[in-house]
Amino acid sequence: MAAHLSSGRVNLTALREAGRRELREFLDKCAGSKAIVWDEYLTGPFGLIAQYSLLKEHEVEKMFTLKAGRLPPADVKNIIFFVRPRLELMDIIAENVLSEDRVRSPVRDFHILFVPRRSLLCEQRLKDQGVLGSIIHREEYSLDLIPFDGDLLSMESESAFKECYLENDQTSLYHAAKGLMTLQALYGTIPQIFGKGECARHVANMMIRMKREFPGSQNSIFPVFDTLLLLDRNVDLLTPLATQLTYEGLIDEIYGIQNTYVKLPPEKFAPKKQGEGGKELPTEPKKLQLNSAEELYAEIRDKNFNAVGSVLSKKAKIISAAFEERHHAKTVGEIKQFVLQLPHMQAARTSLANHTSIAELIKDITTSEDFFDNLTVEQEFMSGIDTDKTNNYIEDCIAQKHPLIKILRMVCLQSVCNSGLKQKVLDYYKREILQTYGYEHILTLNNLEKAGLLKPQASGRNNYPTIRKTMRLWMDDINEQNPNDISYVYSGYAPLSVRLAQLLARPGWRSIEEVLKMLPGPHFEERQQLPTGLQKKHQATLQ
Amino acid sequence: EVLQNHVLEAKVFHTEYGTGVAILTGAHRFTLTTNIDDLKLRRLPEVPGLQKRPSCWAVLCQDRVLVILLAVGQELYLLDNTSFTLVTPPELSPHAGAYLQMAVSFNYRYLALFTDTGYIWMGMSSLKEKLCEFNCDFRAPPKQMAWCKRPRSKQRAVVVAWDRRLLVAGDAKEGIQFVLDEDSCLVPELDGVRILSRSTHEFLHEIPEASKEIFRIASMAPGALLLEAQKEYEAASFGKCFIDKFPPESFVRTCRDLRVLNAIRDYQIGVPLTFSQYKQLTIEVLLDRLVLRRLYPLAIKICEYLRLSEIQGVSRILAHWACYKVQQKDKSDEEVAHAINQKLGDTPGISYSEIAARAYDCGRTELAIKLLEYEPRSGEQVPLLLKMKRSKLALSKAIESGDTDLVYTVVLHLKNELNRSTFFMTLQNQPVALSLYRQFCKHQEPETLKDLYNQDDNHQELGNLHVRSSYTSEKSMEGRVAELQDGVDEYYKAKNEFAAKATDDQIKLLRMQRRLQDDFDKPYLDYSLHDTVYNLILDGNHKRAEQLYRDFKIPDKRFWWLKISALAEREDWEEMEKFSKSKKSPIGYLPFVEICVKHHNRYEAKKFAPRVAPEQRVKAYILVGELDQAADTAIEHKSESELNLVLAKCTSSTDAAVAEKINRAKTQSLKK
Repeated sequence: MAAHLSSGRVNLTALREAGRRELREFLDKCAGSKAIVWDEYLTGPFGLIAQYSLLKEHEVEKMFTLKAGRLPPADVKNIIFFVRPRLELMDIIAENVLSEDRVRSPVRDFHILFVPRRSLLCEQRLKDQGVLGSIIHREEYSLDLIPFDGDLLSMESESAFKECYLENDQTSLYHAAKGLMTLQALYGTIPQIFGKGECARHVANMMIRMKREFPGSQNSIFPVFDTLLLLDRNVDLLTPLATQLTYEGLIDEIYGIQNTYVKLPPEKFAPKKQGEGGKELPTEPKKLQLNSAEELYAEIRDKNFNAVGSVLSKKAKIISAAFEERHHAKTVGEIKQFVLQLPHMQAARTSLANHTSIAELIKDITTSEDFFDNLTVEQEFMSGIDTDKTNNYIEDCIAQKHPLIKILRMVCLQSVCNSGLKQKVLDYYKREILQTYGYEHILTLNNLEKAGLLKPQASGRNNYPTIRKTMRLWMDDINEQNPNDISYVYSGYAPLSVRLAQLLARPGWRSIEEVLKMLPGPHFEERQQLPTGLQKKHQATLQ
Repeated sequence: EVLQNHVLEAKVFHTEYGTGVAILTGAHRFTLTTNIDDLKLRRLPEVPGLQKRPSCWAVLCQDRVLVILLAVGQELYLLDNTSFTLVTPPELSPHAGAYLQMAVSFNYRYLALFTDTGYIWMGMSSLKEKLCEFNCDFRAPPKQMAWCKRPRSKQRAVVVAWDRRLLVAGDAKEGIQFVLDEDSCLVPELDGVRILSRSTHEFLHEIPEASKEIFRIASMAPGALLLEAQKEYEAASFGKCFIDKFPPESFVRTCRDLRVLNAIRDYQIGVPLTFSQYKQLTIEVLLDRLVLRRLYPLAIKICEYLRLSEIQGVSRILAHWACYKVQQKDKSDEEVAHAINQKLGDTPGISYSEIAARAYDCGRTELAIKLLEYEPRSGEQVPLLLKMKRSKLALSKAIESGDTDLVYTVVLHLKNELNRSTFFMTLQNQPVALSLYRQFCKHQEPETLKDLYNQDDNHQELGNLHVRSSYTSEKSMEGRVAELQDGVDEYYKAKNEFAAKATDDQIKLLRMQRRLQDDFDKPYLDYSLHDTVYNLILDGNHKRAEQLYRDFKIPDKRFWWLKISALAEREDWEEMEKFSKSKKSPIGYLPFVEICVKHHNRYEAKKFAPRVAPEQRVKAYILVGELDQAADTAIEHKSESELNLVLAKCTSSTDAAVAEKINRAKTQSLKK
């Protein structure tokens, strides 16, 4: 079930196990049958830690979605709210608890599990609402870094950037620091921390502070990670604006991947059975989980989409050849061998069919003229062509009222690639957008400006070309089939964050001091002392 | 009840549940509690016929249940929660007589009974088995009787004390007698009996076999020989070299333990523990006892000597010391805080906040604040600071921690504590707290948010607030316009002319839409300018559309796009053609072709194809399906890529002639 987590260089199953253990312990604290009332936002992230079966084993009989009014009837002893610490959710809980029919229904115990942090503010709110006393267990479940894949952890905190840069609310950074402390508790103290950007600095400061807060908890685990690199998103605003061109990236661009799940149009996935003649097409979108547990997906997810087709057809040949084997199976032993492999082969065939369908869906879009034009403009901007004047294609797209998000992405991309737009150009775009999409978007544009995604060029200097050249952000010779440089993921553009990591590893950031100064926020290096015993060993393994 | 009838006698006892007390009241009833820290009194049933005080009684622990054994004359009774039963010890001598004294062993397993015939019965406390009996010559009621027994030893004995006499009675015929010089008191312990008198403190216990072996006169046991040898050679761990592969840990551990025991047995310390008692107590309990006696230096030495982890050992002791230190009123706050920090430093596991709390409890707030400065955990600092009404300090500590929940807690605390203007002023100096409070207000108190922005003259945000509320909360036209107008004013104050003008335009548009709605009886409100114009064209109101186009200075290019899209959707081809000829198209004519094709009108599309700019003309012909013309144009352009483009569109069955033409052109151009 979680085999893909142990496939990487660091076994992340331990992290998931720790999460599951904590959950089980909490559930067992509330003895007897239970119903969970979910803050809907949390169901996705929780699904990555524990399936329903785990909950069931611990007597969770019912699940509801948190909403105002009275709780649905359920013959259980405990009602547990799984919520984020938000005031508006506390009000709903209070309403739920207060409207509980004490006369007719049996007495039920209430508990709250705060994710990821217990909050005094929320408890005060519950107290003000007069329900704090009715809640027996109030605990926190520190779901900070969720193991996603063998080499990936995510906080699944999609509004973090907005909170930090629009609202000056750095709560998510505090959670990040806490998550990294948990990670270090399980995998050893990370000896070196590098970082760039204001928020990165803040996270590192909090980590150092947290370490000082618990000096006794000297970690005696041999460090698994040797370096931590913290990058503030605002250091690299370009990468998320450009259209992703890997297989996984395109699935996300077109259909959106949520908590590793994607919802796809069902038509392509209708069971192809003869006789039914496709009379009834499924109407529910097809939901697929995408992670490296699926062998084929692990192979193609990070390939440039242009290299996916050949892999799929090669795979198709291998699989049909494998199925052909059965005709050659003569002896009972051979047949048995074949039958034993059958489940694996069938899974591979389903997987291949799914990804072929997805690739076809994507191809319809990537071969369209509009996709091509859009990409061309993006690539022009990223390679530094005509970033300082209004772009015809963007104008035409606005005139044809293409989706606003597409327009905003392109305009922001142009702004980032030009270290801000000339006031005249910026005002022109803004006016076009307001007239076409509605004046209410003056707030949208203002938010983009606050976050630095859109800005007037300050002091008329454009630093982007220097950054691009020094960091080799644009590569003309890319190999999409057998890549030898990260620029293949955007068919030319090498993500700035990746380059920062690469250069840190070799030859070190000292070589790019000038560029680092052009990027926002401080860059820094911290060393965390390891217990003496671990230091020596560590050096020994390096040799 | 206990209060009414007075306490006749009380017995303190220790079990796994803690320290308990059993009380015999003046009404001859028993009440007991198993744990004095969790006081729950249990009154035992009345003993029928008990008119006078029992001659002796004791608390027994049978199968984890506490019962009382009491003797009245020659009868022995067992009293538990519900019942009262007469019991007889097995194999009791028929001539035993009346019970005078009883003793329960330290571990509750054994019981000894003394009768007025000088007979001692020793057996299991379950009263199911007799171990031995003893007859002594003294009949007088003994002052005290106690078990003297080592754990795991087969030897059993009771010590009976009279005024000046001590008798050790065991399995043998003869007892051992001692003379007591003073009035003494027996304290039964785990592995022996302590005998305390006014001037002496002795410990009576059974000598273990190993010691006997060593110290017996003329003993030839290995231990004895070794001792002799050690005296001879003056080598402490002499025997060790004779043993191969003997794990040294237990040897080292024992040596350490012995040193600890020797240290605490020093007369200045005066904790004469035996080895077994020390092991039973555990080092933690011993340390606690030393701490309670304020023997801090010794306790720390022991921790260091035994290499206990800092949190378990030194830190805990230092914390106790510090808590004691803050109570010393004769020293100044500075001195105490300094002294404490000097000693404690950054020792792991020290909770400065606990010490500070103690200082605060002693009324030394200033000292508490000084101590809190040393506390690294903000989560601990902040609540105490709030309690001590140092909210502003608490606020900066909370901000330092990065824990936003903590910041919120202090902010809301401040909000209740301070008046509004002081509260705002305080926030003004703490941007982090201010942003968080703004967030809070945004969802909880939108009006306060306005006040906050007003206070720091943030006109941009005020403008945004007005604009937002014109879209979200205002329903009436007048209300919306008023909000927008306020927005315009604020944007001007913020010197954001662009936003002010844009908002002004929105007001203009709203008014216009209202008029359109009235004129055409169709909904126009809340459309964007673009959509308003589009819908006007869609409905054929070209004049009004033109008016908006001019009033709002819509760029030509966009207006043309907009107009042909709307006309195509209306399928007003005639108007489209007219429009295309009104003046030179700023967007060229390819969009005309495209839009007609999109609406499946090839016939109209074909009309525009020749007008498309040369560089796009091939594409236009392909779009309308005129491959032959496309080929001609491409040949005319001598463009290889265009030729290929057309060729790719050719299907072998229908366009063979065109394909041939292209191929011919290609070979020709190759020749050149």
